[in-house]
Amino acid sequence: MSIRLKNIAKTFGDNSALAPLDLDIGDGELVGLLGPSGSGKTTLLRIIAGLEQADRAPAGSIHFGDREVTNVHVRDRRIGFVFQHYALFRHMSVFDNVAFGLTAMPRRTRPSNGEIRARVHRLLEMVRLEAFADRYPAQLSGGQQQRVSLARALALQPDVLLLDEPFGALDAKVRQDLRRWLRHLHDELNFTSVFVTHDQEEALELSDRVVVMSNGRIEQIDEPDTLYRKPANRFVFEFLGDVNRLEGEVRDGELTCGAARLTVDLDEGREELLLRPHELRLIEAPTAHAHLPVCVTAVSPVGAEVRVELEADWLAEPWLATVRHADFERLAIRRGQHLFVEPRRWRRFSDERAARSTGRAVASS
Amino acid sequence: MNTLALLGRSAPKRVLPGFGLSLGITLLFVSLVLLLPLTSLVGQLAGVSLAEYWAIISEPRVVASYLVTIGAAAAASMVNALFGLLMAWVLVRYEFPGKRLLDALMDLPFALPTAVAGITLATLYSSSGWMGRLLAPLGIEVAYTWVGIALAMAFTSIPFVVRTVQPVLEDLPHEIDEAALTLGASDATAFRRVILPNLWPALVTGTGLAFVRSLGEFGAVIFIAGNMPYETEITSLMIFVKLQEYDYVGASAIASVVLAVSLALLLALNLWQGRFIRRLHGGKG
Repeated sequence: MSIRLKNIAKTFGDNSALAPLDLDIGDGELVGLLGPSGSGKTTLLRIIAGLEQADRAPAGSIHFGDREVTNVHVRDRRIGFVFQHYALFRHMSVFDNVAFGLTAMPRRTRPSNGEIRARVHRLLEMVRLEAFADRYPAQLSGGQQQRVSLARALALQPDVLLLDEPFGALDAKVRQDLRRWLRHLHDELNFTSVFVTHDQEEALELSDRVVVMSNGRIEQIDEPDTLYRKPANRFVFEFLGDVNRLEGEVRDGELTCGAARLTVDLDEGREELLLRPHELRLIEAPTAHAHLPVCVTAVSPVGAEVRVELEADWLAEPWLATVRHADFERLAIRRGQHLFVEPRRWRRFSDERAARSTGRAVASS
Repeated sequence: MNTLALLGRSAPKRVLPGFGLSLGITLLFVSLVLLLPLTSLVGQLAGVSLAEYWAIISEPRVVASYLVTIGAAAAASMVNALFGLLMAWVLVRYEFPGKRLLDALMDLPFALPTAVAGITLATLYSSSGWMGRLLAPLGIEVAYTWVGIALAMAFTSIPFVVRTVQPVLEDLPHEIDEAALTLGASDATAFRRVILPNLWPALVTGTGLAFVRSLGEFGAVIFIAGNMPYETEITSLMIFVKLQEYDYVGASAIASVVLAVSLALLLALNLWQGRFIRRLHGGKG
């Protein structure tokens, strides 16, 4: 079922949590709301759920498919909601937790006990917890509890599944597993889901489309790779990964900053360039276009790439570069070594909302 | 080698220091303040034969006082369970001006001398008092009846319920009721099936404490009770009467009954609550 938000705003007292915003989510889509804390993403999710009321002043509307639900109570919206801290009923067994939605139905519409039992067992099978039906939530691990809470949310076959930082309280390995498993479940059952996260990796890996938010506004809505490749503004660029900054004065097509020089095709004036760690090349001698002397201060050879921390007099804060293990070995990088950086690519956002421009290093050897 | 073996045999060292000292002081205090008076109470009974003891505690007037006390205490604690729960709910779940004041007011029955409470209630509900005058035309008599006793008991013991339920309710995350609502439950269902079971142990404990406190209440009750033999005499009064007659043995005998009942009740409550809490923390239900 599609979700359509129009002109939704929220203020708490004098603080605006959400500026009026529109959002369309397609049928069967898995959408991530991504942003730092305080960006309004959880508020937006709770408004979709009906746990929070949007402001009345700019009259907004929420539609699930053709059904308007703006003023529909949360219990009648037919949503499934998964809470960050699971919110399981700890005095009930796993079975009773999952069955709650069915047993809480009015007697006229409630399925028979046998059918409830069959449905709950099917759900527990789906979340691979059949063996734990009689346990109490306190006897389960965090990941298992979150799976119970998912099964509970799906028991009523909701139109929309909403997840509030579903993996936020779990450790990294379990988070990975659950993420993959949720994606799988989503593709299999084909419901529409919206989840909130502050973890950009999670958002990019899991979502069909990502909604990046900050300060109660939507900064960009795009598919993960578009988002990463073509960030709409500086906030999105900085939020989606590590960023190195180079600030200096441009004169005659060359940016200088202390001992650092870089050839750029920009107008004269003060400029700030942003560079991703994997877009930096470490070399032993400066090139004609780039003279950026740095000193290696830390090396972390864990993972697919080696992370190298760089410092220099002309840098306000250290840079981070990621290099391939082959290059790492060829250059024999160690702490205290003096090297030069050649950027393969850089970006510049002249103003918060203005168009961006990118540059490519002219030479590559 | 030798020292290692010695070390191995000695008791494992506790990480938290001061166990011996703190337990010692605690036991000393408990002995002086709690056990010593209780022992002397039992000591008073040493010279009495079982038959004599039974005769004292099963005297018809005393038995009548048991019934009055237990009945009134039961009524008072039931009322307190209901209103104490409501009170705790209001204090935890809503924000309103004067909330802090109301919160502080809840402890007043603890702070107020019980005799003051008793005299105030008696004046208020006597046939010429403010409330008494209003209730008299309706045929409701409070002062000098069984209802008055229950009222005084309820007054002095309501903080027990509020103060045991309140912290549990505060710890109960809002998400629990939100989860119930997203699953389509009505407000009543959410309260009955999700919130109440979590409050249940605290509510029962608080009500039990209020009941035990009511059993022993003296000051607040005697002024409003009227103290008519066989009708509105409470057990504490019977003890007081015996003492005034210098019948220490009789007083101790009746007191020992109250003590035994209170102790048994408190123990039962503790055991029951322990079982409930074990389940919440992962034991087998």
